[in-house]
Amino acid sequence: MSKLNLRKAAYSIEEVFHEGGPVSETPLRRAAALAIIDNPFAGRFEPDIQWFMEDLKPLGLQMASRIVEMLGGADQIEGYGKGAMIGEAGELEHGALWHAPGGYAMRELLNNSNAIVPSSKKVAGVGGRLDVPITHINASYVRSHFDSMEVGLNDAPKANEMALVLVMSTGPRIHNRAGGLAAKDIEGKDGLR
Amino acid sequence: MKAKIRKLAVNVEETHLEIGRKVDPITRKAVAVAVIENPFANSYQEDLSLLMEIGAELGTLLGRKCVEVLGITPEQAESYGKSAMVGENGELEHAAALLHPKMGAPLRKEVEKGAALVPSSKKMGSPGQVLDVPLGHKDAAYVRSHFDGIEVRLNDAPRANEIMVAIAVTDSGRPLPRVGGLTHSDAEGIDGLR
Repeated sequence: MSKLNLRKAAYSIEEVFHEGGPVSETPLRRAAALAIIDNPFAGRFEPDIQWFMEDLKPLGLQMASRIVEMLGGADQIEGYGKGAMIGEAGELEHGALWHAPGGYAMRELLNNSNAIVPSSKKVAGVGGRLDVPITHINASYVRSHFDSMEVGLNDAPKANEMALVLVMSTGPRIHNRAGGLAAKDIEGKDGLR
Repeated sequence: MKAKIRKLAVNVEETHLEIGRKVDPITRKAVAVAVIENPFANSYQEDLSLLMEIGAELGTLLGRKCVEVLGITPEQAESYGKSAMVGENGELEHAAALLHPKMGAPLRKEVEKGAALVPSSKKMGSPGQVLDVPLGHKDAAYVRSHFDGIEVRLNDAPRANEIMVAIAVTDSGRPLPRVGGLTHSDAEGIDGLR
């Protein structure tokens, strides 16, 4: 039986129109989904933890679908990232369980997303904030799309909880001009360039 | 629009469990935030009417964003609140000009009715600081189950010459209310209080 116990879900969307430069015709949008769930391994060392990834799969898909919907469809999405905060009665390794279910949920919904999903994770107290990295969905080296989104909730993660996060973005940084590989030049075969 | 908006953010929180107990139906709160240029940064201005006009625009824009993200009809909104945080080159009075004279009427259109005073908070602040938006029942301020608040913060706002303006709307009260008082179902919603 699934051990998934969802206490809280939160969704955020940001639209950036400018950052002191010219106002963009298409704002950069970023969206995040957070799920606050019980950590089934809190308070002890548990050698065998991988089974929990199965339980997280439907949650990942649900969160990814919600973000895609908030941003207006899969064809809008150009960047992504994921992250986890583990309450203090857990360990960092529990956050690593999110890599596969969180990452593959997004890649399943975003056709042709070849690039690895960047991630961050940490152990945190209630009110902890997480900077979730964002990179291009097809080619990790696309410099204009290196970005991040800060997430967190004032009442999570409690000691026995974990906060699981997915984020997506619709484009480059609003005034990107730091050069490097451009999105229009990617080959998109190896996930890097 | 008179408001020069750099950024908009909308957050929605759903509570499914509270202290291990199922919340049914789940409670949901939304908060929408605009980061605007402060037209009066760095100088004392006697006439703040431009900020009042901007307040009216944001009442509509942010109220609508909340209702949209909750996926409800305007009359399904149950509580609301408003707040502003002014970057360091402004003054607290700028927040008052945005929030109090003209924001209420357009906000009430977005949530239908809204007989009650819209609870508010204001402060000076800097990027990353927390703004706590108070929440109260939209038609009867004494409804005790709906006294609440929602926190919002943006890591990059408000910059010194900016103001962060927030409106919060819910479709519910606290997750497990049990401190008595006037209830949502008993409220008359005529005088804004009971």
